[in-house]
Order: sequence, then C-alpha cells, then structure tokens
Amino acid sequence: MKIIQKSILLIIALAIFGLNYFLEDNVDGYVLRVIINCGIGMILAMSLNLINGCAGQFSLGHAGFMGVGAYASALITTVLTLSPFFKTDLGVGCAILTGGLAAAVAGYLVGLPSLRLRGDYLAIVTLGFGEIIRICFLNFEQVGGARGLPGIPRVANFFWVYLWVVVTFVALLRLLRSSYGRAILSVRENEIAAESMGINIAHYKIVAFVISSFFAGIAGGLFAHFQSFIDPNSFVFNKSVEVVIMVVIGGMGSLSGAMLGGIIVTLLPELLRAFDNYRMVIFPLILIILMLVRPRGIFGHKEIWELFRKKASS
Amino acid sequence: MLQAFLQNIINGLAQGSVYALVALGYTMVYGVLQFINFAHSDIFMLGAFSGFYLAKWLTPIVPNPLVLLLATILGSMVFCVTVGLTIERIAYRPLRSAPRINVLITAIGVSLFLENLGQIIFGADPQVFPALIATKSILNTGGLVLNNIQVLVVLVSLVLMVVLHWIVHHTKLGTAMRAVSFDIEVANLMGIPTDTIIIFTFTIGSALAGAAAILYGLSYPKIEPLLGTMIGLKAFVAAVFGGIGNILGAAVGGIVLGLAESFTVYYISSSFRDAIAFGILILILLFKPAGLFGTFRREKV
Repeated sequence: MKIIQKSILLIIALAIFGLNYFLEDNVDGYVLRVIINCGIGMILAMSLNLINGCAGQFSLGHAGFMGVGAYASALITTVLTLSPFFKTDLGVGCAILTGGLAAAVAGYLVGLPSLRLRGDYLAIVTLGFGEIIRICFLNFEQVGGARGLPGIPRVANFFWVYLWVVVTFVALLRLLRSSYGRAILSVRENEIAAESMGINIAHYKIVAFVISSFFAGIAGGLFAHFQSFIDPNSFVFNKSVEVVIMVVIGGMGSLSGAMLGGIIVTLLPELLRAFDNYRMVIFPLILIILMLVRPRGIFGHKEIWELFRKKASS
Repeated sequence: MLQAFLQNIINGLAQGSVYALVALGYTMVYGVLQFINFAHSDIFMLGAFSGFYLAKWLTPIVPNPLVLLLATILGSMVFCVTVGLTIERIAYRPLRSAPRINVLITAIGVSLFLENLGQIIFGADPQVFPALIATKSILNTGGLVLNNIQVLVVLVSLVLMVVLHWIVHHTKLGTAMRAVSFDIEVANLMGIPTDTIIIFTFTIGSALAGAAAILYGLSYPKIEPLLGTMIGLKAFVAAVFGGIGNILGAAVGGIVLGLAESFTVYYISSSFRDAIAFGILILILLFKPAGLFGTFRREKV
C-alpha cells in the first residue's frame, strides 16, 4: 500500500475517533443508536454483496452467519468467564474477531454444498442452514435458549463499528481489485467460460463464502456488544431478507451501493415512524416500486465514484 | 410401540397433505415463471382469515355443517384466487422480462406488505378458527386415535390433487401449461397464449392455498397474520425436496415432510421439529442436487 493511502486511512481512523466523542456529547442517544445500526447494516450489506453481487451466488442465510458471530463473541465475553481481560475494549475486540472466525468456519461448511447447487437450490439450502443455526441457539440452554443472552458488555460504540465499516470496505475493495476478486467476478459473469479459462470455480465460491461470512460474523459480534442482549429472534429469516434487500436496493455488485442500501434499509423504517403502524406497510411498497422503476438498484454494478467519473467525461 | 408408530403416520399424513397443497402452488408458479413466489405463504394466510370471517358470517344462515364447510372452502378459494391474480397483475407482470432476482425481491416485498397489512387489519393476536364440523373420533383402539377431521383433510387433499393431475395431464390447458414450463419462449412462438397460462397457473396455485388454509384451520384452530411464514417455508422446502417444478414431487415432498416432522416430535424432541425439515432438505440436495424427482438440466456452452 502506498504511503498516501496509508496516511488517508490513518486520517479517517482518527476522524472516526474524534467524531465518536463529538457525537456522544452532542447527539441524543436515539440518533446515535440509529447511526450505529446503519454502520452494522453497512457491514452486513457489504459482506453479502460479495456472495450475491460479486460471485453471483444467491445466499438467503446471512442472518445465520451474523448469529454465529454474535453468539460466539458473546460466549467469550459473558458465559465462559475466561478472564477479566474479555470485559475490556481490547478483549471484546478479540472476542468479536473470534466471532468472525467462527462465522467464517460456518461459511466454509455452507459453502461446500454450493459447489453442486445453483440458483434457487442454493438459496433454499442457505436459508435452511440459517434456520438450523437459529434453532440450535434456541435449543442450547447454555446460551440462554429462547430467553436470550443478557448482560453482554456494551463496548461496541460509534468508533468500533465505523472502524470496522472502513476495514470491511477497504478489505473488500482491495480484494475485488486483486486477481482473486477478478476471478470471483468471472464466476458471476459466466461459470463455464471462467472454468475454461482455468479458474477453479469451486475454490473461488468457497473463498467468497468464507470472507463474506467472516464479515457477517464481525457485524454480529458488534451487534451483540452494542445491544448488550441477543436472542435467537434477532437472527430470523426476515433478517437475512433484510440484508438481501440492502444489497439489491444499492445495486448488486457495488460496494458503495451496498453501503447506501445498508443505510436506507436501516433508516427508512425509522424515518417512517411518523406513520406508526403503517410504516411496515409503506416500507415494502417502496421496495416494490423501486424494483419496478429501477430494477438494477440505485448504482447498478457501478461504484459511486464511477458514476461521477462517467458524468465528467461525457 | 406399533400404535405410536401408526399414530405418527396418521398425524404426519394429515399435516403433510396440507404442506403438499401449499407446495403445489409454489412448484407450479416456479415451473412456469422460475421464481419463488414468496407471497404464496401470505395468500395461504389470507385464505385462513377469509375462511374465518366467512364461517362466522355463514354459521347462523347455513344449518347444514357439510354445506357450510363446502361454502367456506369454496369462498376462501375464490378469495385467494382474486388476491393471487391481483398480485400477479400488479407486481409480477411488469417484471416479466426483468432479471429473476428482481422478481424475487418484489415477491418478498409483496409478502412483507401482506403480512404487515394483515397485522393491522386482523390484529396481531391469534384468533380461534371456528369448528365447522364437530370433531368425532372414528377409530379409537388401543391408543390409536383417528378423527374425522384428519380423514377429511387427507380426503379433500387427495381429491384436489387428483383433479390437478387430471387438469395438467389430460386437458388442453394442462398441455399448454407443461409446454410453457418447458420453455416459455418456444411455447409463445407456437401460439400458446403464455399470459393466459400464467394467469391460469396462479389461479390453481392460489385456489389450492385457499383450500389448504381451511383444512389447516380445521386441524389447528389458531390463526394469526404471521402463520403463513413457517408453513410457507416448509411447503417450499417440500417443493424443492421433490424437485421444484415437478407436481408429483411437491405432493410426495409434502407428505414426507409431514411424516418426518411427526416422527421427530415423537421420537426426538418437539423443539427440533422445524430444524428437521431443513436438515432433510440439505441431505437430499447434497446427494440429488435437483431434488428427488427433478431432472438436472446440464448447461451447454
């Protein structure tokens, strides 16, 4: 990485650090919560974008990976009382990282059947895995079962969440621009053509699944340590659908689109609060209308800066 | 031991035939349009509620329980068909040439819309579905219980499936349907009015969902606006299990799923009831990636 890029990242990290204190002092709790939820939504959307948008596979079980990350990290910081270190910022950070790794392992296991299945069959298998994971949490009394797991240290704040947003963004952007990323994109464009060019499709599908679920697990860990309470109902099928909607609204295959989608899907129900009960009726209506008038999502395959570049040249 | 085994088969058959009826709706729409109609589960839910209100309204007027039952089933079927066709016309038809993922998202949108609208109109609390016919046990020997509702559920499902089989395999409309599901473009070129066939497919699927909803209401008299979600997912699993797009597969898949659940509840634990459906599905797909009866179309370069 060039020196300039490194320094830009450092400045961004410092800016998030500064903004954290600014927001905590000047913005009321509700708004800050929504902002943090947007951040978690962005990480989820960007990670799913790698499977659904870039690799062209269709996963409907993202909430399951998020759940694995959330439960694995919360297990370390609460149930397993290993050492007081895991109550501190750094300890929780390690726990969240472990959660991400646990989710990555789950992603590897779910990615295996994806080698043989395609399209809707894969969608239904990932959906099944997601539900099975949730039902397992529901039945393990050690992690609270249906009652949920309370008392998780509330450590994930604006700084931690948005630091991970930046890390996810940079990591995925650099991945997509590497030869690995190009190979993943070629799987989406045409599996047969990619294979005949010597690309090991199976390998790259698994890579996409593992990386994607790693970041979903991170998002889950942040979610757990932000809410300080998780229960199996946080990771139902509808949550997976929500993430898919984020990706599709923003534009499949576009990282900045996924970020925008994450913000919109988190923000819209909050903005529609004025309509009370009807907001959850209006939200799907907006989704249907968007699909009818802008079927490729807001950005399509492009990134936000590419949109501007095109305007500048034409 | 043997009684318990037989009892589980009876329960599984009754539950499975409801799954099978709903699964047929999924599989038929998938066969023709190649997308998962997520709104189907909510058509099922609306069928249950329309039956609920219809039965309440009809009970004082119609004294004969059999007529009442038939009227409720028919009324619910008609209502579901209306809803299904409206959805097809407004949400799906404009997207006929769009990428499949868009249709899928639209279907999810419609499903969310109906669920949340249902919660506003019907209230989130569960309602008790009226007992249209009194439950009588037909057989009660040595711990084996068989009641008239279970027999009715299985019989009605069987009749509907036979009628469906006849329509699909022995009428002109059915031949056209099979042609469209084989290749929609070529069927269009051959002069088959594809839009009419799609409407017809939605009609049959929704009507079956309406009938299934009443049968469900009779056997499990607790209905709520979110009741379609789990049944819809399982019915879809049943459809994929049998090979999606395959009508026989959906029927068999539904029955197998019902039996598997009933055995799981008895021999393992009721809390794993929902997991078993997905577990079986994953196992089947690992060995037969196109489902039990599905044919795997090899892609050619």
